[in-house]
Amino acid sequence: MRHLLDIVDLSTEEIDELLDTADDIIANPDKYRDVCKYKKLATLFFEPSTRTRLSFESAMLSLGGSVLGFSDSKNSSASKGESVADTIRVVSCYSDIIAMRHPKEGAPLVASMKSGVPIINAGDGGHNHPTQTLTDLLTIRREKGRLNNLTVGFCGDLKFGRTVHSLISALSRYENINIVLISPDELKLPSYIKKDVLVKNNIAYEETEDLCAVMSKLDILYMTRVQQERFFNEADYIRLKDSYILDKEKMEYAKEDMCILHPLPRVNEISTEIDDDPRACYFKQVANGKNVRMALIMKLLEVQA
Amino acid sequence: MNIDSIKNGFVIDHIPAGMAMEVYRVLKLKKLNCPVAMIMNAVSGKMGKKDIIKIDGEIELNFEALGYVAPDVTVNIIKDGNMVEKRHIELPEKITNVIKCKNPRCITSVEPGIDQVFKLTDKDTRDYRCIYCESKATR
Repeated sequence: MRHLLDIVDLSTEEIDELLDTADDIIANPDKYRDVCKYKKLATLFFEPSTRTRLSFESAMLSLGGSVLGFSDSKNSSASKGESVADTIRVVSCYSDIIAMRHPKEGAPLVASMKSGVPIINAGDGGHNHPTQTLTDLLTIRREKGRLNNLTVGFCGDLKFGRTVHSLISALSRYENINIVLISPDELKLPSYIKKDVLVKNNIAYEETEDLCAVMSKLDILYMTRVQQERFFNEADYIRLKDSYILDKEKMEYAKEDMCILHPLPRVNEISTEIDDDPRACYFKQVANGKNVRMALIMKLLEVQA
Repeated sequence: MNIDSIKNGFVIDHIPAGMAMEVYRVLKLKKLNCPVAMIMNAVSGKMGKKDIIKIDGEIELNFEALGYVAPDVTVNIIKDGNMVEKRHIELPEKITNVIKCKNPRCITSVEPGIDQVFKLTDKDTRDYRCIYCESKATR
């Protein structure tokens, strides 16, 4: 039995295979509509995330399966003080696979130690969110036709942004990747990620506070939200939240075929005036997220079309 | 206690000078009923100065914890007054319930009955990280 807790749980070959399956799902959706018939996905969301939960549920329904679960810990036994271990022991009796989101880092690992069914980490605090990384990889590959030979800019909250950490880690496996880190000093990429991922894998990278100065060299611009829930101090949040806002003026510096990605939801870091720009790929990402989650559910349930 | 004549027990040797109290604490030697002797700043040809702890009792020594706080120490195991084994301690690959994760966002801060497990992630810098949240252990 396999779980997906961290993107590093998957080999590069497995990632490529999942992306191939997702491409095939997009091309031939009917082929997959009954492959998970009679299978049940439990979505255990100990903290609310409508978007990710609906993506998982839509993925399972598109495979012909059923869904059950809760969308907030207030609606679960966790509000009565039940441990993650006990909740998972119980729910794994009712379902074939579990997607869980939890505000505490490492909760999905605890779940995987007690579960009788595969666990998918749908986000654990500021730690990991591997299905977002699969979504990002699928979007990049579909838009650019490759995952190598790319210059990828990450902008905004690079300190707490788990999607940034995971995507950098995943991209570091591919050849000739250049990373450009664009953030205020307070939200810089943690040094251990630079050391353990970028330096260790010989990935070329640069750091800057000036988005416009590096825009013209980017093939991909990955924007992130400065998330209030990651701050202990509200004053720090207010001071930094508007640090980088992407608008039409800044887009004039960008390549004609640059792709803008964003894990969503956005607040104001991407101006809505850019939404109709063909380079804005963040809503395509949403659709890709559902399709790659379908591929992942199939893999972990060991079913094939 | 005659610290030169242990019948059954351990001599923890080559502890870096000044570290004996930390070893005493992490091995929870305070809880023992058997005689324990601590020798500090003993002369050492190799180290200049060293600490030594002698435990005159058959206890379960936590080698993981010992390796974490004082790698490179030597443990002499004594049976019936004779040294039967000399064990060179190394940095353990994993330590369980030796230290606690200090990240308030870690699941270990709320989940009852969970083991606190850290893995060695960098031998050169002796970095350990929590297996749950990957936060670095602070010594």
